[in-house]
Amino acid sequence: MFLDDSKAKYLEETANSIRKSVIEMLVEARSGHTAGPLGMADVFTALYFHLLNHDPKKPDWENRDRLILSNGHICPVLYATMAHAGYFPVSELKTLRKYGSRLQGHPHREFLPMLETSSGPLGEGLSQTVGMCLADRLDRGVTSSRYFYCLMSDGEWQEGSSWEAAMLAAKEGFHNLIVIIDRNNIQIDGYTEDVIPLESFRAKLEAFNWHVIEIDGHSFEEIAEAVGQAKAVFGRPTAIIAHTIPGKGVPQFERQFQWHGKPPSKEEGKEALKELRTLGGRIKHED
Amino acid sequence: MKTNPEQKLNPKLWEVSIEQAPTRQGFGEGLLIAGEEDKNVVALCADLKDSTKNDLFAVKFPERFFEMGIAEQNMAGVASGLAAMGKIPFISSYAIFSPGRNWEHIRTTICYGNRNVKIAGHHAGVSVGPDGGSHQALEDIALMRVLPNMIVVVPCDAVEAMKATLAMAKIEGPAYLRFSREKTPLMTTDDTPFEIGKANLLIDAEKSQVGIVACGAILYEALRAAKKLADEHIFVSVLNMHTVKPIDKKSLLHLAKKTGALVTVEEHQQAGGLGSAVAECLATEYPIPMEFIGVDNRFGQSGESAELIEYYGLGADTIVEKVKLVLARKNKLSQTEHNNK
Repeated sequence: MFLDDSKAKYLEETANSIRKSVIEMLVEARSGHTAGPLGMADVFTALYFHLLNHDPKKPDWENRDRLILSNGHICPVLYATMAHAGYFPVSELKTLRKYGSRLQGHPHREFLPMLETSSGPLGEGLSQTVGMCLADRLDRGVTSSRYFYCLMSDGEWQEGSSWEAAMLAAKEGFHNLIVIIDRNNIQIDGYTEDVIPLESFRAKLEAFNWHVIEIDGHSFEEIAEAVGQAKAVFGRPTAIIAHTIPGKGVPQFERQFQWHGKPPSKEEGKEALKELRTLGGRIKHED
Repeated sequence: MKTNPEQKLNPKLWEVSIEQAPTRQGFGEGLLIAGEEDKNVVALCADLKDSTKNDLFAVKFPERFFEMGIAEQNMAGVASGLAAMGKIPFISSYAIFSPGRNWEHIRTTICYGNRNVKIAGHHAGVSVGPDGGSHQALEDIALMRVLPNMIVVVPCDAVEAMKATLAMAKIEGPAYLRFSREKTPLMTTDDTPFEIGKANLLIDAEKSQVGIVACGAILYEALRAAKKLADEHIFVSVLNMHTVKPIDKKSLLHLAKKTGALVTVEEHQQAGGLGSAVAECLATEYPIPMEFIGVDNRFGQSGESAELIEYYGLGADTIVEKVKLVLARKNKLSQTEHNNK
């Protein structure tokens, strides 16, 4: 999954635009989750703009890779990335969480059929992805080149059903199942290690017979390399633990669990957008 | 005792030697045929392959049978994923665990997304017997009936169970099928009509004074009650409401208008099951006196099937009592109305 400098720069700029959209949507919606979507913007950008085999003009294309969002509450980043990738107009993002909108507070296929699943309640995405992999193997055998990406939060590994699914995936040894875990260390009530410790997370997943890779979830090179490695591993599912900074890109939101489930106010949103326009002060912006 | 000739019921219906088989047997045979007819049919089971009769399918189609282990929540989600890719998954466990344990997984991953998954809940009711109350699902109809998009079918015997299983494989969308453990009489035959959402009027007495609406194997007790009552010159009609949801309003209202009093019969909590579904319909459309046969806000316990049916008041004798009770209420009501005029 080679990534040259110009592509990396393009991805960085795209991720920044997506973060801006996330802030704008949340300010407009006046409810929703801030930290997770900002933290995962780089992973989503890498997937939709570099790694996924997909066609935004043909969302039901049979041969597409599947991206299943398990922790549905970070859907602002899913919606924003899909819009920027061309699935639907960017202008529609401002309807998030509003009556009659296709962009439900948590993703719902009945409203937006181009989504692979409906989600929100945690600990259910991996089971569904494993089911898809079973069907794929029936239809295409063990050499299938369709990939199934399940995006999960770290907190939802406190759900027992996540581990049920992990056991089955390891038993079946899917080479084309790639789970990317947003290891941002926060959940609603605090830091994961204070609420219910997940560590030693890597060892747990390895004990379940998964191939595990740990990366910086904000490095496009590392994201691309990890996915490449996951594809190269034979007969085992791969979990990529992506260490991310919740609220990434807006210093006043970063690393604080308080920003898990609330949106920025108008004023906070304005400040956040300023940070994003200047990439945290690294560049001078025009206005 | 005359049954409705159109229903082509078992000629041995009233004989002691009537053939018996568990409804789960009909499921297993139906699943096998469904698998032969459509290669997209797949079966999942949570470590109960033999007792849920998945073994027939698993032997014939090992590549399409998936053992989930003791993990019913995961099984629901995996089935949803299979359905998303065009498969027609049937998931099996005891009803206590699926749809009991995994209810919210069914709600979110199957019903909310309207996935074509068929849920087979086995060993339902107190008739499970010796295993005791922990394993006797009495709440599953209620749990499934409240979910949007879900169809709920409770077959009365193994013959109907096979037909219901085959029908489910052919319709799109989430569905729940409920089965019991013990051998029960084969009331219907291959020639008995079956259509999801269409109730079967098994006894259509000319001068019916009360209607009995039943689902599941306990329907046999309702038929026995009808016969006992006929001996006392009380005439009832008996409706097999195998599809609890969507309920067959037309047949139900027709029976309600004809008889003016109903008794519902099910091997389930009185709350939330067939009785509630019937009452919801009648309350708005045609309110008449009603009585409920079902477990009254209690858990089951160990014992032989017949003993428990008797103890929890689900047998023919209790049905007879309730029919007389509702008939008295109906007569009192019409007397009052008459006096008021």
